[in-house]
Amino acid sequence: MLRYTVERLLWMFPTMLAMSLIIFVIMHATPGSPLDPLAANANPLTPQAQANMARHYGLDKPLHEQYLTFLWNVVHLDFGISYVQKDREVSTIIQNTFPISLVLGSLALIFATTIGLTLGIVAAVRQNTWIDYLATSVSMLAVSTPNFVVGVLLIVVVALGLNLLPIAMTSADLFDPWSIEYWSKNWTFWILPTITLGVGPLATIARYTRASMIDVIRSDFVRTARAKGLLEGAVVMRHVLKNALIPVVTIIGPLFAAVGTGTFVVEFLFSVPGMGKFFVTSMSGRDYNMIMAVLLIYGFFLAIMNIVVDLLYGFLDPRIRYN
Amino acid sequence: MSVEKVATAQTIAVPVAEEIGEVWLAPKPTSLWRDAWFRLIRNKLAVAGGIVVLLMILVAIFADQLMPFPYDKSSLSHANEAPSATYWLGTDYIGRDLLSRIIFGARVSLLVGLGAQVIIVLIGIPVGAVAGYYGGKLDSYLMRFVDVMYAFPQLLFVILITTMLGASIINIFIALGLTGWVGLARQVRAQVLTLREREYVKASRVSGAGGPYIILRHLIPNTMTVIIVSLTFGIPLAIFTEATLSFLGQGIKPPIPSWGQMVGENQQYLRSYWHMTIFPALALALTMLSFTFFGDGLRDALDPRMNK
Repeated sequence: MLRYTVERLLWMFPTMLAMSLIIFVIMHATPGSPLDPLAANANPLTPQAQANMARHYGLDKPLHEQYLTFLWNVVHLDFGISYVQKDREVSTIIQNTFPISLVLGSLALIFATTIGLTLGIVAAVRQNTWIDYLATSVSMLAVSTPNFVVGVLLIVVVALGLNLLPIAMTSADLFDPWSIEYWSKNWTFWILPTITLGVGPLATIARYTRASMIDVIRSDFVRTARAKGLLEGAVVMRHVLKNALIPVVTIIGPLFAAVGTGTFVVEFLFSVPGMGKFFVTSMSGRDYNMIMAVLLIYGFFLAIMNIVVDLLYGFLDPRIRYN
Repeated sequence: MSVEKVATAQTIAVPVAEEIGEVWLAPKPTSLWRDAWFRLIRNKLAVAGGIVVLLMILVAIFADQLMPFPYDKSSLSHANEAPSATYWLGTDYIGRDLLSRIIFGARVSLLVGLGAQVIIVLIGIPVGAVAGYYGGKLDSYLMRFVDVMYAFPQLLFVILITTMLGASIINIFIALGLTGWVGLARQVRAQVLTLREREYVKASRVSGAGGPYIILRHLIPNTMTVIIVSLTFGIPLAIFTEATLSFLGQGIKPPIPSWGQMVGENQQYLRSYWHMTIFPALALALTMLSFTFFGDGLRDALDPRMNK
C-alpha cells in the first residue's frame, strides 16, 4: 500500500515533465509569440523593439535552453511574469485566483455528491415508483445538458425572471474563504455558479448510485439480511450502501476533471474572478508563462485526485490489492 | 440472446413436427448483428433517440434545401424579432433568421462530431491494438504515453490547440481527435489482451500468420462492438466540447453558426430577447439527449452481458 502510493507519486514527475514538454512544443511550434500575439486588439511593436524585448525576456535563446531555464525556475516555484498583465508575476496571479476556482469547485462537488447520492439512494430504494421515475428522468436530462445551457436557464428563470439571486460576482480582492464576514455578505453570489457547475456531476452520481444500489439489493447477502429480520433502514444503510458505493467512487476521478474544466465556463458565464477567466485571454495573448502555469496546475491537481481516488477505492474494497 | 433463439426454435419446430413427426430443427443461427438489432429495436428510448439522431443527420445533409433564409443573411430592419410566421424562431441581433442558423448549426455539430471520430479511430485503434498484441516494452511505453495524455484536462488542451493553430473546423477536428483517442486506445487494448489468447488466434499464429495479419484479420474485427459503442458516445462528447469551445468564443468563427457559439453570443441579450439563446440551447440539449439514449441502447444491445 505504502509502496504503491510512493510509486504512483513518483510517476507524477515524468508525467508532469512530459506534459510540460508537450505544451512547450505546441506553443513554440505554432505562429505568434507573446511579443507578436496575433490577437484581435493586439498592438504590434516595431521589429527592433520586439528584438529588444525578446532579449530581455530570454525569448531569443535556443528553444532547448528556454525549456531548461523554465524547468529550473519552476523547481524554484517561479513561473515567470505574465506577458499580458506585464507588471504581475504569474505566481501572484495564480495565488489570487486559484483559491476562488478551488472553492467554487469544492462547493460544486459537495453539492453534487450530497444531493446526487441521496437522489440515487432514494430512487433505488423506491424503484419503479414515481419518485424513481422523476429522479431518473431529471438526471438523464441533466447529464445531457451542457453546463452553460444550465447556467443560461438558471439566469433566465432565477435571476432575471424571479429576481431571487444576483448574477455577477464581486472582485477577487475582497475574497477571503476563511472570513465569516465575507460569506455572510456574499453567499448569494455563489449559489447559481455552484448549482451550474454541480448539476452535471450530480446527475452522473445519482445514475451510478441508483444502478449500483439496485444491483446490490438483488444479491443474496441482502436477502439474508432481510431474512434474519433486520429493519429495512439497517439493511440499506449497513449492507447495501457500503457495497454499492464502491463502483461510484471510480467515477469521482473523471468528475473532478469535469468540474475542473467546467469552472472555466462557469467563471466566464457568471464573471467569477477565478483562474479560468485568465486562461482564455492568456491563450489569445500567447502568454507562454501563464498558459504553462494554468495547464500544469490543472494537470497536477487531476493527477493527485486520481491517486486519491484509487487509494480510496482500495480502502473501501479490501478485495483490491495494490501491486 | 437466448430469448429470441428459443422463440424462433419453437415457432419453426412446432409446425414441422406436426407435419413430419419426429424432426426437430436446430434454431436458425442468427448473427451477432441481427441479435443486436432485435435487442435494439425493443428498447423504446433507444429507438426514439435513434430517430432524432437520424432526423438530425437528414437535416444536416439537406441543410441548404431546408433553410428558409441563408444562415448569414442579416436584415437590420428585422433585428431582434420574436418568433413569427416569417421567422419561426425569431431573428438575432443583426436580423439573421434563427431557424436557418440552427439548421446549419446541425451540420456543423455533426461534422465536428464525426470528423473528430475519424481521427480518434485512426490513432486509437492502431495504438490500442499494437500495444495489446505485442505487449512487453512497446506496450508499457505506449501506455505510459496514454497515461500522460489522460492526465491532460481535455477542454484546456483543445483550447490550447485551437487558439495556437487558429479555430477552423479542420483544426477543431484535429484538436478533439488528438485529445480524444486515449479512451478508445485503452478499450481496444483491453479487448485485444483477452482476444490474443483465444484458440483461433493461436491457431492462426501457428499456421504462420504474422502480427499485422492477425491484428487486421482477427483482432480488430472482434473489437468492433467496443469501437462502435465508444464512437456513439464519442460523437456527443465532441459536439459537447465544440459547443463549449464556441461558447467561450474560441471555436467555430462567425459568420458560420454553431449552437454553442449562438448561446455564447446571444446570452448578453438574455434579459430582453430570451428566444435567441433558448432555441440553440434546446437544440444542443435535445441532440445530446438523443445520442445518450441511442448510445445506451446500442451498448446494451451489442453487449448483453452488460445488461442487468
